[in-house]
Formats: sequence, C-alpha cells, structure tokens
Amino acid sequence: MASLPTADTQSSNKTSLLMTYLQVTPLTVVLTFFFLIPVALVVAVSFFRYQMLVGLVPDFVLTNYIDLIKNPTTWTLYLSTLKFTLIVLVITFVLGFWIAYFLVFHVRNLLVAIGLFLICTVPFWTSNIIRMISWRPVLGKEGLINSALLKAGAIDQPIEWLLYSDFSVVVAYVHLFTLFMIVPIFNSMARIDKSLLEAAVDAGASRWGVVWNVVLPLSKTGIALGALFVVTLVMGDFFVVTVMSGGLSGSATSGIFNDLQFLNYPRAAANAVILLIIVLLIAAAIFRVVDVRKELVR
Amino acid sequence: MSSSPSYGPRPWTFYVLAALFTLFVIFLYGPMIGVLILSFQGPSASLVFPLRDPSLMWFDELFNPRRTGDVVGAFYRSLPLAGIVMLLTVLVSVTAGFAFRRRFWGSTAIFYTAIASLIVPGLVLSIGILVTFRYLGQSASWYTSGLGAHLSWSLPFGLLIMFAVLGRLNPSYEEAAYDLGATKWQTVKEVVVPIVFPGMIAVALFGFTLSYDEFPRSWLTVGSKNTLPLEIWTMTTNVTSPALYALGTVTTVVSFIVIAIALSSIILIQRKRSS
Repeated sequence: MASLPTADTQSSNKTSLLMTYLQVTPLTVVLTFFFLIPVALVVAVSFFRYQMLVGLVPDFVLTNYIDLIKNPTTWTLYLSTLKFTLIVLVITFVLGFWIAYFLVFHVRNLLVAIGLFLICTVPFWTSNIIRMISWRPVLGKEGLINSALLKAGAIDQPIEWLLYSDFSVVVAYVHLFTLFMIVPIFNSMARIDKSLLEAAVDAGASRWGVVWNVVLPLSKTGIALGALFVVTLVMGDFFVVTVMSGGLSGSATSGIFNDLQFLNYPRAAANAVILLIIVLLIAAAIFRVVDVRKELVR
Repeated sequence: MSSSPSYGPRPWTFYVLAALFTLFVIFLYGPMIGVLILSFQGPSASLVFPLRDPSLMWFDELFNPRRTGDVVGAFYRSLPLAGIVMLLTVLVSVTAGFAFRRRFWGSTAIFYTAIASLIVPGLVLSIGILVTFRYLGQSASWYTSGLGAHLSWSLPFGLLIMFAVLGRLNPSYEEAAYDLGATKWQTVKEVVVPIVFPGMIAVALFGFTLSYDEFPRSWLTVGSKNTLPLEIWTMTTNVTSPALYALGTVTTVVSFIVIAIALSSIILIQRKRSS
C-alpha cells in the first residue's frame, strides 16, 4: 500500500513537484492566516501590559504569567481540568475499544457492522449544545431517573448529585466524546488481517491473549488518535463544564473566559499560552509513542 | 467480519459486548429522544416529563419570537456559512491530500501545523483571530473571521479523511491507466475521481456539520451577529421554556437531513457503479 513517490518516473519529477506545491498552497495559506499568525499574536499579547480603561499596552513584561502562577485559582482550575481529562480518557477508551472490537470482530455481517457503526456516528453530526442540554430532563431533580427511582420506592428524596455536579460533567463528556475514540480505533481494527487472530488461536493463545497481544498493539494508532482528540477536547472545553456543573466546577479555560469578560486580554492570552503548551506537550508525548503520520499515509 | 472461531456458536463475549453496545446506543440516543418528545410540551411549559397536552406552540414561539431572540436570523447566517465551509473544505483538503501523496520539502511541517490547528483549544484560537482582525483594523464577522476560524478546524479533519481515502488509491492504478494510453485528464476522470468520490462526500459532510455546530471557535469571531450555536447558548442561559427543546428538535432535524443526503448520495454512487 506504499503511496510514497518512490515509483515516480524521473522525467515528470520537476513539473509534478511544482504541482505538488500548488496543491498544498491553499491549505498553507489558510493555516497561516487563521492559525499560525493568530497563535503568534496570542503569544505576543501575553507579554503586553494591561491597563484599566486603556486595554492593551505593547510591552514585554512577565507580570501576566507571574500573576497566574501565584494565583491559587489557576492551579485549582488546571488540576480540575486534568482530573476530568483523566477520568474521561479512561472511560472513553474502555468504551471505545470494546465497542470497536465488537463491531469489527463479533458482528459477522459487514453491512450490519457498517450500519451499527453509522448508528454510533450519527449523533456526532448534531449540535453538541443540544445533546448536552438533553441531559437536563434526564438527570434533573424532577428528571426521569429521579422520578423513576422515587416511584419504585428505591429512594424517598431526589438524588441531588445527578445534575450540576462533577458526575453530570463526566456523563456529558463521555456522551459527546466517546465517538472520537470509536471511529479511529474502529478504523485501525478494521485493517487487522483476521487470519492473524486465527493464527494466534491456533498457536494456543487464549481469547484474552489475542486481545492483549494482537489486537491491542495493532490498534495503537487509532487509540493514539482517539486519545489525542479526547484530551484536547476536554482540556479546551469551557462550555460543557460550565453548563453541566451549573457553574460549580471550572476548567482551565474558565480562567481565560473570566479575564476576557473584563477585557484583560494580556492575562487571558498568557493563560491561553500555558494551556496551549500543556496540550501540545501531551500531543507530543502521544506522537512519540505512535508515529501517527507514518501509519496514516501507509 | 468474523471473530477467530469463524463459524459455530457465538462466544459468550459476543453477548456481553452486544449488551454493552445496546446500552451505549440507549445512552447516546435516549436523552436526544427525550428532548424531541418534550419539544411538543403543552402550555404547562414544564421542562420535564411527563408530556402534558401535546402542542406545537413552542415551535411557533421559536419562529415568531417574542422572547427567544433572533433564531431565524441566526439560522440564515449559519446555513450559508456551513455551505461555504463545506465547499472550501472539499476543494482545499482534497487538493492538499493529493499533494501529500509524495514527500516534499516542508510536508512534515505542514502536516504538524494542520494537526496543531486541529488540537489547539478553540477558545485560544478565537482570541487569536479576534486580536489579528483588530490589528488589521477589520471588524469580526461571520463571513470573514468566522469563516477562517471554522476552516482552521474543518480543513485538518478533511485532510485526515483524505489520507485514509488516498491510502486506498494505489499509484499503480494510475500507472496502469497511463500505460494503456490514457491522458492525464482521462486518468483523473476515469480512475482517480471514482475511487475518491465517496471520501469527498464524507469530507463535505464533515465540513458542513463542523461549521454548523461549531461553538468555541465561533464565540469571539463571528462578530455582533450570532450564528445558531451561539444563539442556542444564549438561550440556555435566558430561556427556561420548552422553546429551547423545540430549537433542539429543529437543528437536529436539519442535521439529519444533511446526513441523509450525504449517505444516500454515497449509496447511489456505489449502486450506479456496480450496475
């Protein structure tokens, strides 16, 4: 399946190289103007001075960063974000792995597998905010779960911690982001040659041994991509945590949001830079474990 | 698709995982169906079950706003924006996908920039684009800064899909076409496009819905006039009536129509090809 240009003929090399650069130009232009320059400006602004009523004053000061590091709230928010990230990562991985495994190795009819896969992906195309809100009538004080439990006599007072708590935040994250695990893992697993599994069984591997020694290593690209998505989505989230915790919990971005409300762009930018560095470090760590690009173009 | 013992009775793990899958689907769809039902709530305006005196009054409320804000206007901004993003995403990521089939100087840098653009927190980029436009002396609006913000997120997605699609396009097919005397244009038309087309529809679907539902990247970049997700967000804080659910039902229906169009066109193409 090598699609690398080793087979290219020498004669067409010059013109096709020019062509290649032309093909990649639009992407590069968009990324430059709407990603590289904006991020560079965020970094620059993070060193600016903030002055009441004036706003941005171009300068090179570290006060924004020092402010943030000295402020215990920053630490609380980042720790809370990391906590959510870890919990959600574990849950979505376990769910995503086994659901993908079920679809690829247990459903025997290809059409049925594709159909079930589509059922998993359809909600992704609908509004995240609506899907988040849809938990309110389920988890609320007078919601479905509480009223069902009350009716059944299992409890005599509605459970308070179902909504507007860390629990409901995790439920919403898992609801929104498990898909980002299922799709890449499914994609990796679908490429595994089934005869490998049979060979492993013939060689005396147990069912669990096959999963652990064959399926898991061969789906690591998908797992890495899924983890990348889930980590960055949870770390960058502000809206789910705000709505689902009822404002009780915060995330790293809540700090940024607050500063923006007071038009304190320099400190918001400094906080954004810190968040960005953490996210990029995690991404780099994932890329170190798995060379995603090599596996993708393979 | 068969597990290691290809035939014979299903292993016990099948039933365990089938149960897990069923529960997951209920978890995925249950709340959405609840919202769908509750959007037909009667004048009691209760936000929870049971449904009393079903009516369409909250849909009426939505389209004839007295309290709910400018939903219709937001819809007429979100729809064209999603359309433009879809078109540009297909054009740009398909051409870029072809460029990445060979190794060229800078390819790694561009690839990692695209990945970084995908994973940068939306709010961070939102600030950056706002500041950029402020320095350029431009005011933010949905068709300039908003469009760019959405592209910064839909293009890398499109590129990743194109990688998966083009991985299946073996260069020897094209070489075979050349060897049989096809011109470059013929090869593209008769060999490349048919293989790539379903992938292009997937990219289009991604482009449309990523833009149509995008919230964090829109937040600071669409200017004074809200797109639909921002309007919904405002409603979640202001509106405490089932009109919110009615809006949820309407946007979900629009999403489902788009998915149905995309999927049925893929099926149509496949059927046409096999006949």
